[in-house]
Parts: sequence; C-alpha cells; structure tokens
Amino acid sequence: MTLLAPKTAEPVEQAAPPKRSTLARRLVPYGYLSPTLILIVVLMVVPIVMVISYSFRDNVIVQDNSVFAGLANYTKVLTDPDFLAALKNTAVFITVSMAAHLVLGLTFAMMLNTQLLSGVTKAVFRIVYILPWLFTIAVVAVIWRMLLDPSGVVNYVLHTLGLINEGVNWLGDPGKALWAVTFINIWSGYPFFMISLLAGLQGIPNDLYEAAAVDGTNWFQRFLHVTLPQLRPVIISMAVLDLIWTSQQFALIWMTTGGGPLNTTEMLSTYTYKQAFSEYEFATASAAAVLVLLITMVLAFFYVRSQRER
Amino acid sequence: MAVRASRLKRVLGAVTATTLLAFVAACGGGDSDASASGGDVTLEFAQWWGAELPAGEFDKIISDFTAQNPNIKIKLLSAPYASTKQQLVTGAASKTLPDVVGLDGAWVSDFAKQGAITDLSKLMTDANYDSSQLASQVQLKGKTYMIPVVNFIYPLFVNKDLLAKAGVAKTPTTRSEFLDAAKKISATGGDVKGWALPLDTAVPNGVQNDVMSWLWASGGSMLADGKPALQTPAVKSTVEFVKSLNDANVIAPGSLTMKEQDKVEKFTQGQVGMMIDSLAHINLIKKNKPDLKFEVAAIPAEDGYTGKRGIPYASWGIGISNSTKHKAEAWKFVSYLMSQQTNSKLSTIANGFPGNKTSEPDFSTSDPMFKTAFDIYKEGTVANEFVGLPKSEDLMRSFDEQLQLVLTGKSSVDDALAKAQENWSSVIE
Repeated sequence: MTLLAPKTAEPVEQAAPPKRSTLARRLVPYGYLSPTLILIVVLMVVPIVMVISYSFRDNVIVQDNSVFAGLANYTKVLTDPDFLAALKNTAVFITVSMAAHLVLGLTFAMMLNTQLLSGVTKAVFRIVYILPWLFTIAVVAVIWRMLLDPSGVVNYVLHTLGLINEGVNWLGDPGKALWAVTFINIWSGYPFFMISLLAGLQGIPNDLYEAAAVDGTNWFQRFLHVTLPQLRPVIISMAVLDLIWTSQQFALIWMTTGGGPLNTTEMLSTYTYKQAFSEYEFATASAAAVLVLLITMVLAFFYVRSQRER
Repeated sequence: MAVRASRLKRVLGAVTATTLLAFVAACGGGDSDASASGGDVTLEFAQWWGAELPAGEFDKIISDFTAQNPNIKIKLLSAPYASTKQQLVTGAASKTLPDVVGLDGAWVSDFAKQGAITDLSKLMTDANYDSSQLASQVQLKGKTYMIPVVNFIYPLFVNKDLLAKAGVAKTPTTRSEFLDAAKKISATGGDVKGWALPLDTAVPNGVQNDVMSWLWASGGSMLADGKPALQTPAVKSTVEFVKSLNDANVIAPGSLTMKEQDKVEKFTQGQVGMMIDSLAHINLIKKNKPDLKFEVAAIPAEDGYTGKRGIPYASWGIGISNSTKHKAEAWKFVSYLMSQQTNSKLSTIANGFPGNKTSEPDFSTSDPMFKTAFDIYKEGTVANEFVGLPKSEDLMRSFDEQLQLVLTGKSSVDDALAKAQENWSSVIE
C-alpha cells in the first residue's frame, strides 16, 4: 500500500500539463488544413451560397433594394419556353456527345492497343487521334465555323463527290445546327476518352484473353466478356464525367451559333449567360444556375457512387 | 455520437476562427485608396480603344496629357471590346468601376440606372465647360452620362468590280435599285450573293447595323416618344424589304448564325457585292485584299424619299465612375480628350469622326474613302436609336429572333412585329 499510494497520486499531479499540450497538438492538423479550407470557403462555399441566395431574391446586383421573392424566379425560369428548349437541347447534346465519345474513344483505343501494328505506326496514329484534343475550344470553334461555312471546305468536298447539289447551311439551318455543334463537340472531345480507355485496356491481364481463347471464344465474345467487364469502372466514370463536362460547354456554342438559329442550339449555359449579361436579370440567371447545379449534382452523385463501388 | 459531435464542433470552431482571422487580415491590410500617393492622382481608364488603334499611338496621346498635368497619372486598362464590356458590367454591379470608362451608347442606360456612372452635366457646370462644342451627348432625363469621343459611321460598302460584272452602272441610292443590283450580282454565278446579313444572336448588333439602318436611312424611327413603335408602316416596310431580299435569294447563305466578322470576310473575298459596315474596317479590308476595288456610299433610302438620311453610327464614348474619388481630375482628362486638338488627332488615328464639332480629322494621309464618308456624314444625320435604351442588346436579340422567324417563313411580318413590340414594351417602360 505504501508503494501504491505515491503511484496513484503521481498521475493526478501530472494530468494538467498534458491536457494543454494535447489540445494544441490536436489543433495543429487543422492549422495545416486551414489554407485549403479557407480557399474552399472563399472560392466555393461563399460564391455558391451567394448565387443560391440571389436566386430567392429580386433586383439583385443591379439595384440596391433587392427583395425576397421566394420561388418566383424558379417559377419564371421553369415556365420559360426558352429554358425548357435549352434543357431539351442540352439533354440531346450531352447524351449524343457522350455516347459518340464512348464509341469512338473505345474504337480508337482498341486500334491503338492492337498487336497487329508496329510501335511506330501506333505512335503516329496516337498523335493523329489526339490532335483534336490539343486545340483550345476557341480554335476548334473558328476552324469548324470555316469548314462548315455554306461556301466552306466541307460543302466543297461533298459537292465535288456529288453528294450535295448546293451549299448546305450546317450551322445556320434550324434543322441541322444542333447536330452540327454536337458533331464538333464529339470531334473535340473523343481523344480524352480514347486515352483513358487505352490506359484501361493496357491494364487488362493477357491471361484473361488467353484463358478465354483456350475456352474457344471468338474475338467478339472476348470483347463482350473480357474487355467490357474489365473496362466497366473506367467507362462508367468517364461517361458520368463527360456528361457533367459537356453540360457545362459554353464557349463552343457561343462561338459557333450563339444559341441560334431560332434557339435550336440554346443550352442551359448560354441561356444562363444571356439572362445575366444581356438581360441583366441576375436573379433568374442565378435560379437557372442553381437548377443546373442540381442536375450536375445528380450526375456527380452517380459518379461518386460508382467510385465507391470500386 | 457525443464524441463525434464535440469533435465536429471543434473542427468547425477552428475553421471559423481561422477564416475570420484571414478575412480580418485581408480587410485590414493595406490602404484602400491605393491610387493616391504623395499628392499624385492615378486614374484608371478602362477602354477597348487602345486595342483597336495602331500600337503606341494611344500611349502618345496619354503621355501628352500627363506631361501637361504632372500630378495626374493615367493607368490604361486596354482590352478588346467584349472583355471591356464584361469587366465593366461586373464592375458596375460591384461599384468598383475604374475612374474613367470607355462606354458604348448601348450600355449607358443600364449603368446610369445602377448609379455606376456619374452625371457629367454637373461636372461640366462645375468646371465651366462649354458643352456647345460637343457634337453629341448621351443623356438620360436631361443629365449627360456619356460623351461620344469618336464616331464611326456605317455606310454602304460596294464592290465595284462585282457591280460592273453584273452590269450595274450606278451605285444604288434607293431600295429598289439596291434589290435590282443585288439580284444582278447574285446572278453572276458561283457563290456570289448581293448582300450579307449577319443575324447571329450571340452578338445581335446586326439588327442595329444591317436592319434598322434601312429604317433610319429613310428618316424612319422605331420609337415614338421614347416608347417602342414597331408596328408602324415605316418599320413594316423595312422588314418587308429585308424579307424581299431574302425571298429573292440574294442574301449570302448562313445569315441566321452569321457574325459581323463573317460579313466583312465575305465582302473582302468578293463573295458578297454589298454590305453595310463600319468605316473602321476600310483599312482591314485593304490590308487583307489590297486589290479589291470598292467604294462607300450612303445607305439607299425608300424610293421617293428626299429628306436627310440617317446614318447608323457607333461611338467610342467616355464616362466617369460614380464611385471615383477624383471626379475633378477625371473630368480634366475627359475634357483633354474632347479638346479640339486632341480630338482631331484621336479621330484621325482611329479613322473616325470627331466628337468635338470644331475638330477636323486630317485626311491628308488617310484613304480618300474617308473623305467621301465624311461628306456623307456631314450631309446626313447620325442615327442610332438603340443608344440610351435599356437592355439594348436584349432588345436587338428579341427583334432578331422575330426577324429570323419571318425569314424562315415561320411567322408573318405583322405577327413578328406585334410580338417584338410586346417584348420591347415589357423592357422599355
């Protein structure tokens, strides 16, 4: 007992100083994190919260006396035929772009992954295939505006081949403009799919193909039962990311058709821009932006879920 | 759970404290009035002019001013037109406009309503400035908010070779002569068309320059007592005239998404015989196609019209921020730019026409076409009814959309004008 007594007393005496140091020690990691956290708060949280608050108010930014408007801006946006047209156009634009990116990207990736071609040939094709991705979107827009001009190269080639009789108005015809801008977007975006899928293809162990070949499968069965399942996580991630990125495509539309003719290429991004910087209706622009944010968040949710499954 | 909650609280507490500290540090650091130091004043001047003038020319004009006024420094914020506009829209919204701003007449109403630009009439009175020397002022409710420094008119450009090839001896002066010439040019074959009409909705200024110009050239108006008046016979005949050109297939294809630069390019390449365009593009056309034979003329008017012809114009306007602390110095700079000598010099290098009535551009070294254009300018009257209107770009766009419906056969002229009138009425109160 005599030995035990000082032992129990000792911790009591020494308890106070470690408590302070533990608190300080615990705060240190947050100190290290704070630059990032501050940046996130200032650059993301504050602007997003401001836009959301604008979407519930009227006369924002351009007037001092903004007032609470409830859901009025959302009602206005959701009943605006232009917004609904933009929503429909965006849906067509992003799904067709994504599907075509996937098919083209996978086709070219498989061509580049083949063992039938020499290393040099593959390197040359790799450079050729990736070229569209190296141009900035402004350059892409200018190039395609010139190519698709009624008296441009595309019409000249088609006319020379006898496929058309007179110049087609690719970007100026309300019936063709959406498909024309979708085509341009497909052209400029497939290389990123191709590169990611090529990396995925190169990661598939050869044993799987050999085992499948031993089982007597043909090329298509191996593609269906080995390649696709192995690439599934990459395909899902890329598809969802592509939908998100394409839904935010503004510059290409703005520089080729500006949303016209007759609103046939109006996207959610161009609609929002026009509301803000042409009509100075920052409240409805904010409401439209919040709706776009919600749509994107749904897509992001699927992306995160697919990542977690992995 | 309790442990988690208290941990979360601690994290939130730490983050909030650090954020607050950062904000306090950011707000407290530095002098907010950084422009003033040691009695000198630095004025920021945002404009797109520097980007459009020959390199170094604008700097010379500015350095002459700073030499005369050693206590005032001018910091030029030069960017292309579209970037300047966006910078000013956001600056006006956040009340952080540069001290002196280059303005387009189309922005004035919105900026003035926001209280972003100051009333120049008061500054003129305070400085005992004689405003009678100014060719024009952009006013709202009797107060001047913008002064046009240099004006650029939009005459008719005619490709003389194409006109001769089509067998048209005389440059058209009436609408029917124009239609006839356009038909004959289009009949010469190939990709050649008589006229170009850029109706791209991203930058819908084709409505102002290429459509309403026909109305103003015949003395017509799209407004009555400041309110929209689009269902008048004058506007109707203008739209019907444009439709008749479209029906005759004399307009270059792709007009619904054509941009102004495409129009200029097509004219330069000899793909269209006539266009209405800014005089400022003469040098560009000559540079890109030195052997192109073309001339400028007044925009054709309605048959039988004998009155003064309105000529569309765009301006390099100037205004002063309402939030600047140096209004007197800013006005000093503005009055320097508007002085007879400086204004002559500036309009000469810009190939425009001076905003000071007493200034004369020097045509001795410029293209003879500028002299012709100056005569058209003096004979007619400048007209641009979009100047000073609220949300003018939006007005142009909604008119553009209705015009596109007419040209694609989806709407009648009357229905389109009624719809445009309705749209405009909701904007112009």
